[in-house]
Amino acid sequence: MIILLAYVAIFVVAYVAVRQISGRLTHLWGVTARKTVTFGDESAVTSDRWASVISVITIFLLWGAFTGSKLTPFHVPGPFIGETSFTYTSENLDGTRDDATVAVLVFEVGAEGDFNPPEVEPGPGFAKNDSVKVGAWRSVLVRVDKNDESGREDGAKVVAIDGREVEPGDSVNVNSGTVTISSKGTPNFKPAEGWQMEPIWLPSPEAVVSRVAEIAQHGYQNSTLFQHVGWSLFRVVAGFVLGSLVGIPLGYAMGLNGWCRGWFDPIVEFMRPVPPLALIPLVIIWAGIGEFGKIILLFLAALWIMAIAARAGVSGVAISKVHAAYSLGANKFQILRRVIIPNSLPEIFTGARVAMGVCWGTVVAAELVAAERGAGMMIMVASRFQLTDIVIMGIILIGIIGFGIDILMRTTERWLIPWKGRG
Amino acid sequence: MQGRFGVKDPEPTFSWNFTNMSDLTIDCVSMRFNLPSGDSILALENISLDIKGGEILTVLGPSGCGKTTLLNIVAGFFSPTSGIVSLDGRPVTEPGPERGMVFQQGALFEWMNVRDNVAFGPSVKKLPKSEIDDIVDRLLEVVGLKDFKDKAIYELSGGMQQRVALARCLANDPEVILMDEPLGALDALTREKMQGLVLNLWDETKKTIILITHSVEEALLLGGRLLVMAPRPGRIHKEYRLPFAALGVGADLREIKKHDEFGPRRDEILSMIWDMEEEIMGRMETGM
Repeated sequence: MIILLAYVAIFVVAYVAVRQISGRLTHLWGVTARKTVTFGDESAVTSDRWASVISVITIFLLWGAFTGSKLTPFHVPGPFIGETSFTYTSENLDGTRDDATVAVLVFEVGAEGDFNPPEVEPGPGFAKNDSVKVGAWRSVLVRVDKNDESGREDGAKVVAIDGREVEPGDSVNVNSGTVTISSKGTPNFKPAEGWQMEPIWLPSPEAVVSRVAEIAQHGYQNSTLFQHVGWSLFRVVAGFVLGSLVGIPLGYAMGLNGWCRGWFDPIVEFMRPVPPLALIPLVIIWAGIGEFGKIILLFLAALWIMAIAARAGVSGVAISKVHAAYSLGANKFQILRRVIIPNSLPEIFTGARVAMGVCWGTVVAAELVAAERGAGMMIMVASRFQLTDIVIMGIILIGIIGFGIDILMRTTERWLIPWKGRG
Repeated sequence: MQGRFGVKDPEPTFSWNFTNMSDLTIDCVSMRFNLPSGDSILALENISLDIKGGEILTVLGPSGCGKTTLLNIVAGFFSPTSGIVSLDGRPVTEPGPERGMVFQQGALFEWMNVRDNVAFGPSVKKLPKSEIDDIVDRLLEVVGLKDFKDKAIYELSGGMQQRVALARCLANDPEVILMDEPLGALDALTREKMQGLVLNLWDETKKTIILITHSVEEALLLGGRLLVMAPRPGRIHKEYRLPFAALGVGADLREIKKHDEFGPRRDEILSMIWDMEEEIMGRMETGM
């Protein structure tokens, strides 16, 4: 909730600030030709570069601020670390009360060094002072009566914390923490958590980065980072290439021949809406969890998309182009090679972009289910061991690679079919 | 050789084929289309027409009169329900390079540059490369696009694209050129220039040309013969033989429009088409 509010606040503040600054700057440079109607004119809405930059920075700033990162200049309050204390009041059977102090050392979990509970004097009365240690974000049950002259076995019970009367189940805020009385009457101390996230939920950015370096060098689950990612990519490319090799000719056949269309239409139309993920169990039964099964799965994911794209490409050929080619003396083969194939390239490329995206998603999911190596397997195994930094690193890498694939396809498309959208 | 276009050609390796001035015969052609609803419409009824080699014929008519259907039958894209089309005695059964076609727009291959578009016909005929280059150079000069050889199609204006379409068709040296509203999508000025180009090409190549248009002025200017077709069923309503095409070769077309006969003819044909349109509207209102 706090994070959401902070995010909205940054969104608004950055908008106002950038507006102010760019307004001043345009004033300095002089106003160029501008549209007066922009609301509702989609072509006048351009992506604001500043907004993109600030958006990305904001995500990292919030991430850093809420995980106590050393890379960000400011943080939200972290968990309490250090020494604190609270007092309890014990009452024995005959009604006499005595106070004693519990000294607590709160230490950082995972930090170097030995942490010992602070030394304390036993103090006067039948209740004696205690001393415990606890890690940040954890809690500790303090058996205060253990060293008392009159303990729980003798009928004594804790009746107040820091002077406030308590019953079992009550909570009392004490200095830098909370004390809850358990059902059996034992105080349970939980140090103040602050607003930061515990590393096992969300590690700081630098922890993730250092994990990237470590896994790139030493590997995780018998493979280095590049091997994991490389295997995933190999499966995608192999499945996609096979799917295209079969799917594109199939689509052409369906677009050019009535018998083929009638024959394959029911199959393609039925298989297209089946999510590839739903095929995973069957593929595992038939082909196991090895490379063969994965590639079959990705082949199936790409096949229908490419077949439909190629068929759409054929139906998208303007009949006047085909007529023109026949009138110029071309035969069927020449029409296919020189008119239909080039004319269907834009559709095929659109299909290929979709297919690559689907394949990439499917391979990660398939690896989550079962694999010996791969990006998905890496994050799945890491999550079982609560290695959140590996999981986050894996998700970021998967995102970057998926994005990279799309950029690559778009660049190839622009290079191969410059006439797209300009016919 | 000094061509009409002021082009000096020191070694004319490419020249027009004047020997096969083929006659096109359309004999009792009818065309019935079956509609999905189970009805059928008679798009053409008993069309008979003889077109001499080297004639330029324009076809006018309200929409739905079957003029494009007729052109598609001559091109060989449709085979008629009855009747026969023959070129020089050979029946037309399928499209072929001896009957070149120029479409309204968008029929160029935009994945090829200007040169490859023009070279398409000769290259599917597997002519030697030097000969193809020769044809392409010559035709791009004829249509005035010499400097645009390596341009992509989408870089050209609409008028230039139609020049490429003309050149692509002529590169095959067809016996008959069929034009389906080739200038329909152009702006008025470009259209006038292109009309002059079509007339000059007709005069230089002596090809038989059939041109379909919606514009009465264009039909008058370019038609050595002019057919007015009527709809439902598609038939020839009236035929004219006109002097304007012959006069217009190499001349200013605006001067031709001032010819004594031009205005009356235009008004006559316009009111004829107007009446047909009125009749169609009337039939629609009475539920026919």
